[in-house]
Amino acid sequence: MASAARSRAAGKDRPKKAAPGSSQAMRLDRVIHERLRLGIVSALAGAPTLTFTQLKGILGATDGNLSVHARRLEEAGYVACSKGHDGRVPKTEFRLTGGGRRALRRYLDHLQALIEATKTR
Amino acid sequence: MAQTAGLRDRAEDDLRFIRDAMGRAAAFTCVPGKGGIAMGAVGLAAAAVAARASSTREWLAIWAGAGVLAFEIGVFALLHKAARADHRPAGTSARRFALALLPPLVAGAALTAALSAAGSYAILPAVWLLLYGCAVVGAGVQSVPVVPAFGLSLVAVGLLALVLPERGDVLLGLGFGVGHVLTGLVVARRFGG
Repeated sequence: MASAARSRAAGKDRPKKAAPGSSQAMRLDRVIHERLRLGIVSALAGAPTLTFTQLKGILGATDGNLSVHARRLEEAGYVACSKGHDGRVPKTEFRLTGGGRRALRRYLDHLQALIEATKTR
Repeated sequence: MAQTAGLRDRAEDDLRFIRDAMGRAAAFTCVPGKGGIAMGAVGLAAAAVAARASSTREWLAIWAGAGVLAFEIGVFALLHKAARADHRPAGTSARRFALALLPPLVAGAALTAALSAAGSYAILPAVWLLLYGCAVVGAGVQSVPVVPAFGLSLVAVGLLALVLPERGDVLLGLGFGVGHVLTGLVVARRFGG
């Protein structure tokens, strides 16, 4: 189930057409390439868990936008979400999964490789 | 060629964005809300007691004691919150935080000694508020927006203290007391702890 969702997410975000001469860019993970999703994954790499409100404060995102992109990452298996209550207030907490941590590491490696490749040209 | 440069710029911008988001999250987990409220309570108590001080030496001793106590509360609350969040307060973000916070505080202590020796007590509230405001703005740049906003409000109150030195205790109570309590409430309510 989860892997099906992952494949679906990956498929949906796969670039249809890469810019000529940008083979490194083509390899970038499109799920976390989007700015807000990259922000969510990066913030969660800097703290063990963050609530929805905390993420909103860190990234300066709106409720709707954050909600949509967090769900996308959850579907891809990069972020795990747990819902609970803090007293009477509903609390949604996020953490980065092992897959998410690996994806961010890969993404960073690709960026580094891209920078190196374009420097030597 | 232009496309290559564009790709590199975007990749470098992405790296900066990632570092910034990680740093903000790490710095953010350490900002103590309840600790800030306790520091504010110390500031308010000091303002009330210092206003009744019988001598400038006593006045200075009250504020110096309150400053040390509030600093200790702040450090304890920061470490406690970081430990509770299972976050190790070390590394780049902690170093940046300390580097931004400590120099203005050391400068404040040195200026306090020099100005006290010269008998210029009236200017001390402005000096404390301005330097502490700069410290909070610098240390809070990577944190949630309410923290640097608090720092800027301290600078504004400090500037007011330069114009109204006779209202020093009221303005110190406003900056260190009310400011800390309000900021602490926002952090504790909206961002936990």
